[in-house]
Amino acid sequence: MAEDVFDAIIVGAGVAGSSAAYRLAKAGLQVVMIERGPFPGSKNLSGGVLYGRVLHELIPNFWESAPVERVITNQVVSFLTADSSINLDFQTEAFNQPPYNGFTVLRARFDRWLAEQAEAAGAMLVPGIKVDGVVKRDGRVVGITADGEEMLAKVVIAADGANSFIAQNAGLRGKIPTGQAAVGVKEVIGLPREVIEERFHLKDNEGAAYNIVGYATRGVPGGGFLYTNTESLSIGLVIHLDALVERQLKPAEIFEDFLAHPMIAPLIKGGKLLEYGAHLVPEGGLKMMPPLAADGLLLVGDAAGLGVNNGFVVRGMDLAIGSAVAAADTIIEAQAADDFSAARLQSYPARLEKSFVMQDMRTYARAVNFMKNERLFEAYPALLANVLTDIYRQEAQPKKNLVPTLLKNLKASKISLLDLVKDALAGGRAL
Amino acid sequence: MNRLPVPEKLAVNKYELDEGHPHIAVNEEVCRARCKNLACLYVCPANVYSEQNGKIMADWAGCLECGTCLVACPSDALQWVYPRGGFGVIYRSG
Repeated sequence: MAEDVFDAIIVGAGVAGSSAAYRLAKAGLQVVMIERGPFPGSKNLSGGVLYGRVLHELIPNFWESAPVERVITNQVVSFLTADSSINLDFQTEAFNQPPYNGFTVLRARFDRWLAEQAEAAGAMLVPGIKVDGVVKRDGRVVGITADGEEMLAKVVIAADGANSFIAQNAGLRGKIPTGQAAVGVKEVIGLPREVIEERFHLKDNEGAAYNIVGYATRGVPGGGFLYTNTESLSIGLVIHLDALVERQLKPAEIFEDFLAHPMIAPLIKGGKLLEYGAHLVPEGGLKMMPPLAADGLLLVGDAAGLGVNNGFVVRGMDLAIGSAVAAADTIIEAQAADDFSAARLQSYPARLEKSFVMQDMRTYARAVNFMKNERLFEAYPALLANVLTDIYRQEAQPKKNLVPTLLKNLKASKISLLDLVKDALAGGRAL
Repeated sequence: MNRLPVPEKLAVNKYELDEGHPHIAVNEEVCRARCKNLACLYVCPANVYSEQNGKIMADWAGCLECGTCLVACPSDALQWVYPRGGFGVIYRSG
C-alpha cells in the first residue's frame, strides 16, 4: 500500500505558516500544519504592529473578524537621553480608513484566529507536536520526523521562526552569528481602556505606536517600542546581541532602566504586569538570508530571515505573510507540474524578488548597518536635547540664533561636522 | 508601577512544566576549558543561567524559549532544544 503523502507539511502555525496553509487549502491542496505549542500563537511573540495590507489581499477585510487590538493612527519616533525626550508625533485620520495601515495585535490571540481561518479553508492542524527534523531521500526533503514517526509530503515549508532548527537540520544554514540577531524583551501591561485612551489621546479604537531610539538601550544599538492594545500596553526593547555580549549587559536590567525612564514611567503608571516574554529577532538583513528553496523545502517568515527596521517602523509579520503567499503560489504551480525539485521551486525566491518583500529588504539593506551606528543612540539624542534646551531655556542672558546655537552644541559634542554630514547622507539613503 | 525582579515577572507567565525532561543541558567541561566570557550568565532575559560552586547551572523551567543563549554562547557548550510538544512557556498575550 502506498504511504500517505500530503501535498504540503508546514512546520509552525504562526502568521507565515497559517497564511501559507490558508492559500494552499483554498487552492484545494492537502496541507497539514504542525505546531509545537498547545495552540497556534502560544509560542509566538511580536512587538506587535501588523501592517495589514498584504493580509487584506489574502483575507479581505480580515479586521472585521480578526482579534485586532487598535488601529494605529499615531506613529511616534522618540529620541531619549538619560533625562530628556524628543518626540516626532505624527497623527493622521488617513490611517483610520479601511483598509487601514496598521493594527496592534497580540500574537497568542491573533495567530490562533489565523490558524482557524486556515482550518476553515480545509487545512489540517496538529498542535502540541514538535518536529525534530526533515526526512531526506536521495538528497531531497520528503517529509518530517516527530516523536520518532515520519510524516511525508511533496514539499515542506519551514515556518518555524527565527531560530529555524528546520533550516539548520536541512543544511540550509548554520548557527546564527551574534552580529545578525537581536533579543527582544517585552512586557504586556494591563490598564483600563479609558486610561489608555486618555493617556495617549486616543478615541474609540485608535492606537499609538512609539519607536524609541537612544537611551532606551543605554546606548547599545537597538531600540524600544510601546504600542497600545485595547486594554493593555505592549512595551519592550530590541537589543543587538553582539553589543550586548561585548559590553556584558543584562537585557532584563536595561529593560528595567527603560521602564523607569522619566518619559516612560508615567505612560505605564498604575499598570499590572500581565506577561513577560522574549524572542529572537533576525537583524541580519539581506546578509543573513539563507537559500530560500531546496529540493522539497521552502523557508518563509522569520525562518527566512525576513525583517525590516528603519527606526520609524519595525516590520516582520507583513513580510512573513508576503513570503508565505509567494511560497504557496509556487507550490500550487509545482503541484500542477508535479515537480517539486529545487529548480522548479527556485521560482519562489524569484517571485519574492518581484514582490514588496525582497524589494523592501533591498531598499532598507543599508538600514541594517546604519541602525548600528552608535552616534544614533547616544551622541545625536544628546545633541538634539542640548539644542532644544538652549532654545527653550530663558535666562537673564542674551539669546543666540539657531545656527550659532547648533554650532556651539555640535562643537561641545563628540560629533565632527564631517560625521554629521556623512551620517545625514547615509541616513537619507538607508532609511 | 512597582517594578518586579525577573523571577517574579516569570511567575506571572503560564508554563506547562515537563518534569524530568530538561530541554537545556550545559556541557560543563567545555565551559571550563574553553569559555572566555560566559555570555549565558548575562544575555538570558529570563536569568536561566547561574554559576553555583563554579558550575554553570540552567534553571530551565523559566525559559522563554527565545534561543538568545544559543546564539550568544561562544563555545558551543549548550545543548538547547525546544521543550517537547505542548510543554514550556505558553504565551497568553504574546
